[in-house]
Amino acid sequence: MSEAAVITLKRATLAYGPRTLWEDLNLTVAPGEFLAVLGANGSGKTSFLKTLLGMTQLSSGTLMLDGAPARRGNRTVGYVPQQKNFAPDTPLRARDLVGLGVDGDKWGFRLRGRSYRARVDELLEQVGATSYGNIPVGMLSGGEQQRLRIAQAVAANPKILLCDEPLLSLDLNHQKEVSALVGRQAKDHGAAVVFVTHEINPILEHVDRVLYLAGGKFTLGTPQEVMRSEVLSELYGTRVEVLALDGRLVVVGGPDTVLDGHALDTLGSVTERELS
Amino acid sequence: MNWTDFSDAVFNFSNYGELLPLFRDTLLAGAILGVVGGLIGTFVMMRDLAFAVHGIAELSFAGAAFALLIGADVIFGSLVGSILAALLLGVMGVRARERNSVIGVIMPFGLGLGILFLSLYEGRSANKFGLLTGQIVSVDSTQLSVLAGTALVVVVGLALIWRPLTFASIDPDIATARGVPVRTLSLAFMFLLGIAVALSIQVVGALLVLALLITPAAAALQVTVAPRRVVVLSVAFAMISTVGGIMLALGGSIPISPYVTTLSFVIYLLCRATGAVRRRRGWSQRPALAA
Repeated sequence: MSEAAVITLKRATLAYGPRTLWEDLNLTVAPGEFLAVLGANGSGKTSFLKTLLGMTQLSSGTLMLDGAPARRGNRTVGYVPQQKNFAPDTPLRARDLVGLGVDGDKWGFRLRGRSYRARVDELLEQVGATSYGNIPVGMLSGGEQQRLRIAQAVAANPKILLCDEPLLSLDLNHQKEVSALVGRQAKDHGAAVVFVTHEINPILEHVDRVLYLAGGKFTLGTPQEVMRSEVLSELYGTRVEVLALDGRLVVVGGPDTVLDGHALDTLGSVTERELS
Repeated sequence: MNWTDFSDAVFNFSNYGELLPLFRDTLLAGAILGVVGGLIGTFVMMRDLAFAVHGIAELSFAGAAFALLIGADVIFGSLVGSILAALLLGVMGVRARERNSVIGVIMPFGLGLGILFLSLYEGRSANKFGLLTGQIVSVDSTQLSVLAGTALVVVVGLALIWRPLTFASIDPDIATARGVPVRTLSLAFMFLLGIAVALSIQVVGALLVLALLITPAAAALQVTVAPRRVVVLSVAFAMISTVGGIMLALGGSIPISPYVTTLSFVIYLLCRATGAVRRRRGWSQRPALAA
């Protein structure tokens, strides 16, 4: 598996001054594999993505993406950011947003308009956005916008798809749809997916492995291996309970655990959303 | 002033056929400025830089006034002023909030400097007024070629950075991740914007630059969001305003700028009304929902 890996981290450490986010991280991600990166706010999830994007440098250790060091503007990497609404008057149609992923980084004028349009149509179809291809992006719902972001991110057929909390502020239905879309990128198109999230449930059925970050340490394994009371208790260094409720996993009692943006109190009460 | 005096001053088309050929160069200059204003305006709207345009114009005015005072070329002076201002804004204000306060600080300073230079200047007072309210009336062929050359720099420059600039304007984070040099592009755009502002000041003056650099693009965005149509409409609106404004102004005795600003305002109103009707009918009519 290691020779086919598209992401290889060896003894990787990231620290800001005296604060170590994670150290001695050895990790390989194979094509088609779906890796979820979990952890509380400030545990270094986003920094992990930034490192893969080449926007933050490792303090020590090595990182190779598809055989080359991480760098900005790598066309083998697609990036889906947090959902962020466009202003209603943004001068862009859905298809133009997707088109930015096709050739938005090229200089000069577009010469081959026909192949561009064909590719954009294909991408819209792939994420089920054909019906609203000509609607201004500012008039679309958050879920529709995220579909377009995914189409934009995979436009250059990246071998690696990085997602930074793409489900944030989406309702449950849209969370499911967007997750399934990302899952398909791994299964059908063989992309290695790194999915940063603080909520594993919407993506649980797609996840192959979990990287759980907390307090400068980490745990790596399948969801069954990692999402267990004793494993997370050891990681957090305090009593943490992982409950299975109706096919959903709920982590309670972590000192700085954040679920859906609500800090849990030490008594381990479950947020309303989790029970619903 | 009674009504006849007023209408004679504002609309006077006697001897129009003889006047028109004499102003061929002026009309050409207006058309060129229309192209520049319409093109760059679409990015000014996309990047939310309307206030910056105003700030740059005031410093451009200061530069032009200084050039007038020391007997240098006025266009050159206004170019230097506005490019300096534009680059300063590009370097200092990355975020919109920060940028707006920087503009608020330098704008009155520039205007004050300009007034100082103008009051020290002892030449014709028409020259003074022209910098603020527009003066294009007599463009000679040398000025025209300078104008055309500078405009060409802006148009070619924009064409070269068009796609990455769009990407960087819409979504700087993703553009950065894709390797688009967002910061460099921002500076390059401010440089081109500085040139465009200095050119526009020649027609409508420092106070009314927005009519050429904002209104046409804003009007176009009321009726369409398809990028190519926005550009075509924006350029068309800007050209109708400048060329139409000059043609209306030829016989009368008042400056060109009121005609230009009124035309572009009327176009904006029409587009706004069209856009409102369209939105009410719902321009998000979707096949999937209609079915």
